[in-house]
Amino acid sequence: MHKFIRIDMTTLTSTVSEVPAKYVGLGGRALTSNFVNDEVNPTCHPLGKNNKIVFAPGLLSGTAAANSGRMSVGSKSPLTGTIKESNTGGSSSQMLAKMGIKAFVIEGMPSEDKFYVIKLDMNGVTIEEAPAEIIGGCGNYDAIRILGEKYGKHVGVAIIGPAGEYRLPSANISFKDPEGNIRSAGRGGLGAVLGSKKVKAIIIDETGAGKVEIANPEAFMAANKVFSKALLDHPVSGQGLGLYGTDVLVNILNEAGGLPSYNFTSGRIDHNDNISGETMNATITERGGEGKVSHGCHKGCVIRCSQWYTDKEGKYITSGFEYETIWGLGADAGIEDLDAIAYIDRAMDDVGVDSIETAVAVATAMDGGLIPWGDGKAVLEIVKDMAKPTPLARIIAGGAGAVGSLCGLYRTPVVKNQAIPAYDPRAIKGIGLTYATTTMGADHTAGYCISGNILKVGANIDPLKKEGQIEYARAMQIGTAAIDSTGMCLFIYFGVADNPAGYQALIDMINAQYGLSLTANDVDELGKSVLKVERDFNKRAGFTNAHDRLPEFMEYEPIMPHNVVWDFTPEEIDEVMNF
Amino acid sequence: MNITVKLFATLRNGRDKIMTIQMPEGSTVSDIVTHMALPREEVAIIMINSRGAELTTELHDTDILALFPPVGGG
Ligand code: SF4
Repeated sequence: MHKFIRIDMTTLTSTVSEVPAKYVGLGGRALTSNFVNDEVNPTCHPLGKNNKIVFAPGLLSGTAAANSGRMSVGSKSPLTGTIKESNTGGSSSQMLAKMGIKAFVIEGMPSEDKFYVIKLDMNGVTIEEAPAEIIGGCGNYDAIRILGEKYGKHVGVAIIGPAGEYRLPSANISFKDPEGNIRSAGRGGLGAVLGSKKVKAIIIDETGAGKVEIANPEAFMAANKVFSKALLDHPVSGQGLGLYGTDVLVNILNEAGGLPSYNFTSGRIDHNDNISGETMNATITERGGEGKVSHGCHKGCVIRCSQWYTDKEGKYITSGFEYETIWGLGADAGIEDLDAIAYIDRAMDDVGVDSIETAVAVATAMDGGLIPWGDGKAVLEIVKDMAKPTPLARIIAGGAGAVGSLCGLYRTPVVKNQAIPAYDPRAIKGIGLTYATTTMGADHTAGYCISGNILKVGANIDPLKKEGQIEYARAMQIGTAAIDSTGMCLFIYFGVADNPAGYQALIDMINAQYGLSLTANDVDELGKSVLKVERDFNKRAGFTNAHDRLPEFMEYEPIMPHNVVWDFTPEEIDEVMNF
Repeated sequence: MNITVKLFATLRNGRDKIMTIQMPEGSTVSDIVTHMALPREEVAIIMINSRGAELTTELHDTDILALFPPVGGG
């Protein structure tokens, strides 16, 4: 029997029940978004007792399916005020699935001002006071180590850093990876929601858990073979991402003139070679020691886009050193040194803030005169100060929208108050439609149109033209909503986008596991239904089509080198979600 | 005509990152790939002066040609 767990922080009690019929066939984002829409009052305050936060492994999580270990976290976002689904790697998703836990929900809030640790194991739920040494400024790296000493090295951990305890709008939730390092459900301030409920950490102990039930094991294995092969055969998922990580994008976006720089005033930088994926690969290789060019954020990842980035002595600094973080600090904030960026990345993970929101807030603050351009040292100090937090640290952790408003800036790169990530929508129009219309606030992963606009995977559309973009942004968002429900890492897209057999194998695995006979069309319908549910929540929260717009400056400030502005009309933008 | 060629990712293995080459008028991207003995199947993304192009696209004097193997991220 699958379990559905509710943890009530008001009464510090929990209930374990059967999965409500509506959620039986759902997983990942489909489950979290349906749940939030069903049970959270859309007009509630995100940090009040009426908000709820739900964690759900994907449909295929816990099985042998390659790359299926992603976990979705859903809630009403304190950053955007919209529904939010943020997904992450780490070990927890697979553990929960093996324990038969379809989802767990945290609701209510305690009256006493102390933090708790929730433990989930095969006996149920225990809620205990958090160890004093991990509260009030302790970084995530230390806290995960301390929790490992207390609960065992093998356990899964989801944790908020000091930023979450202080309910800062860019606070994330960190998840322990197989080596005890950190992956994050980064976007939308979900760490602040957990902080408001006084939950410091969730411990997942799978001791005694069995295997995930598979209705038709042979068919499952056969499909997984085809699927893994599709991932490994494609040069991007099979080779490129492992070699260079996502940071390989620095040079290609720079060359395409779509690398937002100096707070979105240019589409190109001159110091791209300092911070490129090619340089990262060479630096890790040269330094040796603990460095790893390629690393998986959970067991069963065959793409391995993560890495261990090291200092000059070959000692680990950070892992999961992503393009978006390096872009934000390196291009948008003009910090020209990859080591400086790596230390800031580590500090962001340690204090528990979203690296995209924070990096864009930093660049916005530089434009607003709060921090000197390119000053990596100053930024590192400010991020570390988020553990206290000092007034300046609070301001930056307030996110790009808050910083722009406090600095009186016209040029504030946010949609629904969430920072615009690493691809300029004026020069790459498809991604602009995703930023504008996704239910999440500006988010590239909600419909990664870079793929067909720049990378020539899945489509070949001129990024500077409008033709084909509306249909493409719609299809990408629908497909993504479905993939986010499977527990699959989004990067499997590269392996299956141009390989129908690989995509079919993904569906075959779901069918084999659950004894279903879904078609590609059904999966499409699932994606659509998820988007509809999310839009319904946002609508009831007060969002209209008028919120589906890029910041006005994009219409008036051309970006070099193409000298282009954002020129989709409101009517055209609204077509994206018209299905 | 003079063409500046930029190479990225694995295409850099054993080659310079950036170079200027002389090609006859009317040369295409494909001609340059042959001229430079680049592994054709590894040339996936082509940009001329920051605009997307194809193997068959003709180049002009002073063009900047950027060549990438299949890459992705996000
Ligand atoms: S490809 Fe990267 S993000 Fe995806 S599962 Fe593997 S390491 Fe994690």
